[in-house]
Amino acid sequence: MTMQKKYDVIVIGAGHAGCEAALAAARMGCDTLMLTMNLDSIALMSCNPAIGGLAKGHLVKEIDALGGEMAKIIDRTGIQFRILNRSKGPAVRGTRAQADKQRYRLAMKESIEKQPRLDVKQGLVEKILVEGNKIVGVEINIGATHLAPSVIVTTGTFLKGLIHIGLVHYPSGRAGEFPSVGLSDNLRELGFELGRLKTGTPARLNGRTIDFTKMKNQPGDDPAPFFSYSEKTHPLPQLPCYLTYTNASTHEIIRNNLGSSPLYAGIIKGIGPRYCPSIEDKVMRFSERERHQVFLEPEGLDTEEYYANGMSTSLPYDVQTMMYRTIPGLEAVEIMRPAYAIEYDFAFPTQIQHSLETKKISGLYFAGQINGTSGYEEAAAQGLLAGVNAALKIQKREPLILSRSEAYIGVLIDDLVTRGTNEPYRMFTSRAEYRLLLREDNADLRLRHHGRNIGLVSEDDYQEFVKKKARIDHEVLRLHAVWVKPTAEANNLLAERGSTALVAEASLEQLLKRPEMTYADISRISSPPAPLDPAAAGQVEIRIKYEGYIQRQLRQVERFASLEEKSLPDDMDYDAITGLGSEVKQKLNQVRPISLGQASRISGVTPAAISLLMVALEKRKRGRA
Amino acid sequence: MNEQDTICAVSTPPGEGGIGIIRISGKDAIGIAAIVFRPGRKKKLEAAPTHSLHYGRIVDPSSGEAVDETLVTIMRAPATYTREDVVEINCHGGMVPLARTMALLLAAGARQAAPGEFTKRAFLNGRIDLAQAEAVMDIISAKTDLAHRSANEQLLGGLSREIASLRDKMISLLAAVEAGIDFPEEDIVTGTGKPLGAEISEVITVIDKLSSSYVFGRILRSGLGTAIVGRPNVGKSSLLNALLKQDRAIVTELPGTTRDVLEEYVNVMGVPLRIIDTAGIRLSHDLAEQEGVRRSLATIDSADIVLVVLDGALSLAPEDRRVLGEVKGKKAIAVINKSDLPRKLEKIDWPDVQISLSCRAGTGLDDLRNAISEFVQKGAVGPQEHPWAVNQRHKLALEKSLASLEKARAASEEGLSPEFLALDLRDALDNLGMIIGATYTDDILERIFNDFCIGK
Ligand SMILES: Cc1cc2nc3c(=O)[nH]c(=O)nc-3n(C[C@H](O)[C@H](O)[C@H](O)COP(=O)(O)OP(=O)(O)OC[C@H]3O[C@@H](n4cnc5c(N)ncnc54)[C@H](O)[C@@H]3O)c2cc1C
Ligand SMILES: Nc1nc2c(ncn2[C@@H]2O[C@H](COP(=O)(O)OP(=O)(O)OP(=O)(O)O)[C@@H](O)[C@H]2O)c(=O)[nH]1
Ligand SMILES: [Mg+2]
Repeated sequence: MTMQKKYDVIVIGAGHAGCEAALAAARMGCDTLMLTMNLDSIALMSCNPAIGGLAKGHLVKEIDALGGEMAKIIDRTGIQFRILNRSKGPAVRGTRAQADKQRYRLAMKESIEKQPRLDVKQGLVEKILVEGNKIVGVEINIGATHLAPSVIVTTGTFLKGLIHIGLVHYPSGRAGEFPSVGLSDNLRELGFELGRLKTGTPARLNGRTIDFTKMKNQPGDDPAPFFSYSEKTHPLPQLPCYLTYTNASTHEIIRNNLGSSPLYAGIIKGIGPRYCPSIEDKVMRFSERERHQVFLEPEGLDTEEYYANGMSTSLPYDVQTMMYRTIPGLEAVEIMRPAYAIEYDFAFPTQIQHSLETKKISGLYFAGQINGTSGYEEAAAQGLLAGVNAALKIQKREPLILSRSEAYIGVLIDDLVTRGTNEPYRMFTSRAEYRLLLREDNADLRLRHHGRNIGLVSEDDYQEFVKKKARIDHEVLRLHAVWVKPTAEANNLLAERGSTALVAEASLEQLLKRPEMTYADISRISSPPAPLDPAAAGQVEIRIKYEGYIQRQLRQVERFASLEEKSLPDDMDYDAITGLGSEVKQKLNQVRPISLGQASRISGVTPAAISLLMVALEKRKRGRA
Repeated sequence: MNEQDTICAVSTPPGEGGIGIIRISGKDAIGIAAIVFRPGRKKKLEAAPTHSLHYGRIVDPSSGEAVDETLVTIMRAPATYTREDVVEINCHGGMVPLARTMALLLAAGARQAAPGEFTKRAFLNGRIDLAQAEAVMDIISAKTDLAHRSANEQLLGGLSREIASLRDKMISLLAAVEAGIDFPEEDIVTGTGKPLGAEISEVITVIDKLSSSYVFGRILRSGLGTAIVGRPNVGKSSLLNALLKQDRAIVTELPGTTRDVLEEYVNVMGVPLRIIDTAGIRLSHDLAEQEGVRRSLATIDSADIVLVVLDGALSLAPEDRRVLGEVKGKKAIAVINKSDLPRKLEKIDWPDVQISLSCRAGTGLDDLRNAISEFVQKGAVGPQEHPWAVNQRHKLALEKSLASLEKARAASEEGLSPEFLALDLRDALDNLGMIIGATYTDDILERIFNDFCIGK
């Protein structure tokens, strides 16, 4: 049965990618349908009850600057907020929050249900309908067909998901949920190349059976920081996390039971993330370590469930229990949900373009874990961009492609489509070559204008941003222009800060550049006409204090710009270019880079190959003229 | 491969006739040339009209030391080969001044041109027509093959291994810094316990040693060790005198005149040679002479080039055979002396270059000079077009890498946040990449996960 209502965009899946995709498309005016297997698991956090962290916090702020939802929801449902790396420079500070898992899910569900133009329906998609190389709709398990010219697939870990607990394994998309088998086969039939990855999650423990007095208490920051530019309060009470450690007995149990670990028994074939190893991996690979950290994170305000961060495992249930009970504070612990590993299919991301549209089928987009990534923030970032680009395509506008020098989202997508991935891909700040420019604190300065151009940032929010930007610019100019005389008053303040006294005039800018001076000190020496809010003041301080490094990175961006701007046409015939090695040709044909800059990031493409491409491009241009 | 850069390269093979031309192209070509050029008359290079010729000297701007006399041609865009501003510097003093001038230009902000890059620019800027495009691509790919080989093969020999281990060490350092940045919550100890500044200093020491051991650098400073060996009385001391153009060593008709090793410096077509005259090799009962022979043999071992002198007017003696045997595996030239006399020497079984000359008549000496110069280019660094340029490129890369490391060390000593240090370490690795291939983020992540127990 074909349903009568025609949609512009259909989103398959209601995980973190699916939610952002559906909201973005609907907000950009598209009639949107979100189909998901279970309405009670919309935006469910499969693993950690936490959002953000290094590089991930950056992604969340970028999502917010562009007009996405994740930052707002976590601000409303977070039960602990912290800034990591506070002692380091601004570029590598990351915001992290513990979420009330159920409240997070419900808040997102509410946003989705209330969103005009967005229908959300329960249904398992079995098949994607294609005519020629164009998408036409989807077929669901209860015998219905929905039509739309664009479909975004965000099925996470569900494609042929296989859960392992010890030597027991069974098909499932996530603990307690069905896998998605038909769709995986269907994607293969459509010609997509799928691979297999693996990830794992620790047990959830009953807090009533935990002795927290034996653990170190980890409170959040006070005042709690925000992810979103528009949220002003954190409505929920704040909770601590707890830190404890494994010990020799824990490790011994692990070593004695490796035979029943599906990982070590060779049953698990998928490749797991090296940055998120199971406890058995950690113990075996770093045998010299006497202990490993275990963080106990509350799953919410109304639950006794605690997430045992650091203890992900695929050992059998009875071994898990023994193992957890060796840990101080967990001597009498009861497991509520066992730890498990899961294997699932993903689509090699070199099959998609920067817009996240597949190369093979027009109107079909992949976003989230299906592209080989891991993590809620990575998924949400892709979901947002896929939703935006599907909508832009319907509006017959150019796709939004963020560059590596303007956003972590740009780095994420460019890495995926250019270099592909063989293990679950997670964002790190070290992946961003222009890291000093891509800070959490300036996400709005980098991206707000895009948010407004695509129509996701309201005019009010945008005007507020414009005013903030103007205040920053004015203040930077003022600090440059105002000179201070070596008065007793000024020198007293300098002495207070342990700074050398002035003998001649100095500009406020020069004073602020001194490491021991802060913007607050400077504004005591000479205050602006109207005081700046903390965010704007922070920007002023960063811009002046780190000017040298920022300029250095800007020069690097500029150096590379000419390559990024030289676009490679879709129908470039790489096989016909003399001098290119066959391996390079094969890579270029597979990736089909959009620019010389992207081509230069493909592994194996040498500077000489780039020279050849340049000549070939010019040749082609002249051949046309 | 940036198109905005100003590039330079030697455009004639060095050594030929002692003249080498360095060509500079790009928007800063004239400005960069002006940094190292002191005009004979008080005319500024920057103000020179297009297609004009200027006499002057190349001067090291940091020391004021004159490097070479030169004629400089200024050609302004667009009527040039590349359609960019082009400067050509004619160096007269041979290989060393040419190399030093290149080094000065690179320090002044030019970049060593990649193979075929001038031609590529000529094409991209419309100077060369479409029909020739294929030829341009052939140049780029053909020369790249050579460069590629040279990067990977024995040409670099031990150097490449050392650089690989250097990179390895730097990746470890960077991985430790990055792990500290990206995994603040982890209970990991990054580094070896030594302060990072000390670790960086260790790497700096290694680079220092490497870049000073580099062949051309050593030749520039101490000369190419050139041993003259042979049995007594064949004319070894005479050859030294002939190359020096002065009577430095004692020459007599008595065999066994030279008893000890004698060293002299001479410039052969721009290549500085440290020539070592040795005692004739023969079996002798004279203790002093035996000692001399022992030293002669040791000299062969430590020499970069060996000149084996034979007497062309006599037939091959067992002692000659012994000497020819001793130099096996060395870079050696057979010098058949006394060509003014009728030749008695039989054809010898010698795979390398043979030069026939007469120290007395002074004939054939240029052939020997050419052969030595060619040997330096081939023998010292392999079958490259401008072999020393490759070496110079390595040296430059090492120096840039070193400068970045020094910045990183300073940043660490100042207590700057690690991401700033990481930027410098990354630059240092990128510069090393000019020798050994790029380092990707994946390499660094790989190291992090290998070395540190990451994962909450
Ligand atoms: C056991 C486990 C451990 C993990 N560990 C980590 C970790 O340690 N660190 C980390 O960063 N991340 C981890 N993750 C990953 C993190 O949960 C995901 O990266 C993130 O949730 C992916 O978001 P997504 O939107 O792509 O997919 P998901 O959040 O998985 O959502 C997929 C959605 O698609 C729906 N769906 C699937 N198939 C169909 C279909 N055919 N029809 C209709 N609906 C469908 C599902 O119902 C679901 O709503 C883990 C995940 C699991 C399951
Ligand atoms: N005819 C002729 N005689 C030469 C030539 N070169 C050198 N001689 C003579 O050969 C003799 C030996 O020359 P030396 O230069 O002393 O020889 P040497 O190899 O240094 O000898 P020892 O130091 O004794 O080992 C001298 O009498 C030289 O004059 C040449 O080119 N032609
Ligand atoms: Mg002698």
